[in-house]
Amino acid sequence: MPNLTLGPKVRNDLHLHDRKLKQLEERATTIREDIIDMLVEAGSGHSAGPLGMADVFAALYFHVMVHDPKKPNWKDRDRLVLSNGHICPVQYAALAHAGYFPKAEMMTLRKLGSRLQGHPDRAALPGVENTAGPLGDGSSQAVGLAYAALLDRSPWRVYCVMSDGELGCGITWEAMLFAGRNRLYNLTFIVDRNNIQIDGTTEEIMPLEPLAAKFESFGLHVERCAGNSIRDFVTAIERAHGVSEKPTVILADTIPGYGVEFMEYDFRWHGMPPKAGGESSMAIDQIRTLGGKIRSEHE
Amino acid sequence: MSNQKPGINREAFLVRDLFDKEIEQKPTRDGFGLGVVDAAKLDENVVVLCADLTESTRALWFKEKFPNRFVQMGVSEQSMAAIAAGMAMAGKVPFIASYAAFSPGRNWEQIRTTASLSDTNMKIVGAHAGVSVGPDGATHQMTEDIAIMRVLPNMIVVSPCDAVEAKKATMAGAKVVGPVYLRFAREKSPVFTTNKTPFKLGRAETFRFGDDLTIIATGPLLYEALLAAEQLSKRGIEARVLNVHTIKPLDTKAIALAAKETGAIVTVEEAQAAGGLGGVVCETVASLCPVPVERVGMPDRFGESGEPKELLEAFGMTAPYIAMAAERVLRRKRGEKVEATLPFVTAAAEKIVEMRAAVMKEALGRAPRKWGGNKSDLSLKSRTKK
Repeated sequence: MPNLTLGPKVRNDLHLHDRKLKQLEERATTIREDIIDMLVEAGSGHSAGPLGMADVFAALYFHVMVHDPKKPNWKDRDRLVLSNGHICPVQYAALAHAGYFPKAEMMTLRKLGSRLQGHPDRAALPGVENTAGPLGDGSSQAVGLAYAALLDRSPWRVYCVMSDGELGCGITWEAMLFAGRNRLYNLTFIVDRNNIQIDGTTEEIMPLEPLAAKFESFGLHVERCAGNSIRDFVTAIERAHGVSEKPTVILADTIPGYGVEFMEYDFRWHGMPPKAGGESSMAIDQIRTLGGKIRSEHE
Repeated sequence: MSNQKPGINREAFLVRDLFDKEIEQKPTRDGFGLGVVDAAKLDENVVVLCADLTESTRALWFKEKFPNRFVQMGVSEQSMAAIAAGMAMAGKVPFIASYAAFSPGRNWEQIRTTASLSDTNMKIVGAHAGVSVGPDGATHQMTEDIAIMRVLPNMIVVSPCDAVEAKKATMAGAKVVGPVYLRFAREKSPVFTTNKTPFKLGRAETFRFGDDLTIIATGPLLYEALLAAEQLSKRGIEARVLNVHTIKPLDTKAIALAAKETGAIVTVEEAQAAGGLGGVVCETVASLCPVPVERVGMPDRFGESGEPKELLEAFGMTAPYIAMAAERVLRRKRGEKVEATLPFVTAAAEKIVEMRAAVMKEALGRAPRKWGGNKSDLSLKSRTKK
């Protein structure tokens, strides 16, 4: 076994001031609006996952990760591997706001000639680390990146966002065996634990609980957090950074469709956008109301 | 030369208004949904396993009728294949349903060992095959499935041309003992065959007579092949059109006869032009009756996001490109010199650049102020209050 000792050296100050928290929450609200706008322009795509993960993505791209949108190929950037590629609208919106590409391109999602493919294409869009869509492959790619980083004694970290539904893929657990065995502590898996998949709830389709125990038995450190609370998620990330002998998996309990009341918790919104008109404008209104609620807490 | 007058084969019993713009359209996956229910009524051993795609593969229709014979797998295509094989070893007739990109795309080895090599009586249902999946993009547009499935010994590979034939293929697949791959599409396509249209696994059907060349097509693009034949007919070229729904075992007699009688072949498939139908036809004529062949299909590239109809045109799979391939193969048949590049591939490559630019210009032209454009945010489709 190679000597995998030296770890990450560069990281952002993760202390979350109230003002920073408020900025991130506003960012998440903007991203949610953009998700609805993009999906309705596209006329197809996934709603529930992207909305549920807007807080995590706002936190990752605007607080947690060390990256430079002006230098998307900077060798020491932190890597975000998106394993459940179908939630890419949330990643696209975050990348656009971070400055990886012009925001106007959000108009082109899923259209012929767009860099914003229906599922992410790493060759097409700056900031996209991996081509994804078929579930399960991302966790192994993340393991490969993290292993190579340790071989090279590189300072960067790997974050892998994955869904709970895709834990049905056997390859996920092959990756976990390897990650645990090689103590890839520069790697953090973030599982969007929203309890839904295409055909129904995860516990009805193929039960996953007790999920934390499963990951622990594979040699991973497990954190559980409220995935729609940026503060809670960032705390979980800080704890993950503090674990130096194991990879961490953060089970982020999220509400699918978060922010749009008629979508929340409903698996039928996994794979479709709201209809243009009354439905979509109601979605936008509800997201704004949510933003209002959150802001008032910190003012 | 055959003795048949050029034109549609009346004994194929195609729909009456074959080229009517209002022709009924249905996705071939609907044919699977109906066929598997009927097959299950005839054989109580038929069971369906599905990997979290019950509605879109139409396995749902079976689940509603036979809830106790439906097995939900979750996102587990690899174990789905091997578990189905286990059930087949116990006498069941399992159909495993997912998208072709995942099954057989992901679980090919399990299929190779537990279905093909083990020669078990299981059926692999690959829905959403081809580029007509549309906006989901390259990851979900399976274009290699015909090639990877047709090289498996024991495997029967069927690619039906419309929803009616898809139902027949599903029922026939349930009856035959052994592994079968059934390929279906997501997008609606013309329903142009009827219940009376002859269908037998392993037998190619002549849908149009003609002796100048043969267009051999599989799947919904067969309709484009018929349209191309009509266009060619107006220019005095009479194309024979063969429906090769069964790619394996191939009807080598029909292919060899077509090669002998028409002396030129164009293959058409919504899949990689290498290795699939194009590949097997080339292999067949090379050993039995070498004639020039042109292959219409994906030209060694992946798909991309777009509307299904746009993509079929952008990748050069529609009637005008099939006609261009026919023109080239006829020049070769006459022994004329042809350019090294394929004009039907080059033309499509030029067309896609043009189409992409037009679609992007339209979309970016409507960008709202919040995204750096000059249109009101309220002009977004999502903001229209109806």
